Amino acid sequence: MRLELLERRGDPASPVHQAPALGKLLLTLLFIGVVVSSPSRNPILPAAALLTITLVAAVARISPGHLIRKLVSVEPFVVSVALLSLLQPGGVAIFLSMVIKSSLSVLAMILLVSTTRFGDLLRALRRLRLPGIMVMTLALMHRYIAVLGDETERMRRARASRTLVRGRRRAWSDLAAVAARLFIRSSERAERIYHAMCARGWRT
Amino acid sequence: MHIPDGFLDLKTTAVAGALSATGLAAALRRIRTHPPVRREPMIGLAAAFIFVAQMLNFPVLGGTSGHLIGGVLAAVVLGPEVAVVVMSCVLILQCLLFADGGLLALGANIWNLAIVAPTLGYAIHALTRRLLPGLRGRLLATAFAAWCSVVFASISCAALLALSGAAPWRITLPAMVSVHMVIGFGEALITALVLAAVARTRPELLPEGESERAGADDTRRAIGYGLAVACGLAAFVAPFASPLPDGLERVAERLGFADRAATTPLHNSPFPDYLIPGANWSALSTVIAGLAGAAVAFAFAYLLARMLTPRSGSRSARDSV
Repeated sequence: MRLELLERRGDPASPVHQAPALGKLLLTLLFIGVVVSSPSRNPILPAAALLTITLVAAVARISPGHLIRKLVSVEPFVVSVALLSLLQPGGVAIFLSMVIKSSLSVLAMILLVSTTRFGDLLRALRRLRLPGIMVMTLALMHRYIAVLGDETERMRRARASRTLVRGRRRAWSDLAAVAARLFIRSSERAERIYHAMCARGWRT
Repeated sequence: MHIPDGFLDLKTTAVAGALSATGLAAALRRIRTHPPVRREPMIGLAAAFIFVAQMLNFPVLGGTSGHLIGGVLAAVVLGPEVAVVVMSCVLILQCLLFADGGLLALGANIWNLAIVAPTLGYAIHALTRRLLPGLRGRLLATAFAAWCSVVFASISCAALLALSGAAPWRITLPAMVSVHMVIGFGEALITALVLAAVARTRPELLPEGESERAGADDTRRAIGYGLAVACGLAAFVAPFASPLPDGLERVAERLGFADRAATTPLHNSPFPDYLIPGANWSALSTVIAGLAGAAVAFAFAYLLARMLTPRSGSRSARDSV
């Protein structure tokens, strides 16, 4: 299974990449807050927000193609939720304003994640007093998602090469078996990791 | 059901964020005092498992596909508190790695999918589990709880969107809930299939069928959590769901011009008074549709549990209780 994760892009030596993660995270939150709470009729603020994003992306040397590709991959979710707003009087204006606001927010998020290492983000979250269990869970997830993804792909391929029956019903029970197997393997792996951590003197 | 940024106003974001922070803090406190086996690694790997399992595409009609959400699966296998933390971390990572769901809307998404869905689902599981013995009862309860969890999450999501003025309640509620009542069947089916497969191969990974006292204690705690979360959900839904008839109608009745209005129509309506769906009886009809859906889901869960357990149920009863 290939995971299309957001990753670092652009010039790692740029001032945007070098800026502290905590500051970037808070600025992104502030940016999204301002965009979300701005009055929907005023066209100046969205334009200013878009200009800001373009400038930051230019400084960080992130190609517009990357931003647009990622934005387009998220847009179906955005539009499908926004469609609900069309079913009311004056819905078109609300629909447009929601799509614009959420697209700007998504762009800001993409920019944040493309210029910041995940570990730095985690450290920033830790400084924001996110509880230790959460930070550790996120770190372990980030480490093992690719491993579990590969494992799933191998299991699926192995099953597909041994399964001669086609059909939806078969596909469901096969996929469920893959998921169950994946759960079993994850919990065995958790056990090994736990013992390895204890062996290296880790204490809660 | 991930709400992107830009759909919720700041007041709704703040309220949902405060609620989910409270729920998450409660879950974390319980985990600190009663850690699961294999501790933090188990939580981290379970979260990675749910994250990856959500990306397995199950083919539905035509070219469309569905996927597991996993809140109830995590709650049933690892307990509701761990499920809350696991689902929250899944949502945080989806937000940071896929830009799926907003950063500011994270509180709202955690509330819908990581708190309402697993805790209410687990409470329903705890309530219905004793209807049948052994693995069959467990599968019945899990499948039904999975369906309910998706529906409750969609109700909560609709309420948040309506509170923000993104779309009116009478549109978001039927639209969201009817779609998710269908999605719920997929969730119930996948959750039950996965649980049955785990029970078949490694039953010791599932929590033991508790002894009488511990079981009763567990059930009480689960129902307590469920009630607390239900109160939070009710606070969102209450402004919309008034069981009283339309205000104007009552005034008309009291002042006695109701029949006058009825006898002298201004124009010939193609529909008699109450026949337009979503006009005046929408609250009642929504409740009836919801209950009917729940009944169908329960029957579906029962059939599923019968089909997935070995014949006569005696072996499964010995294995898993």
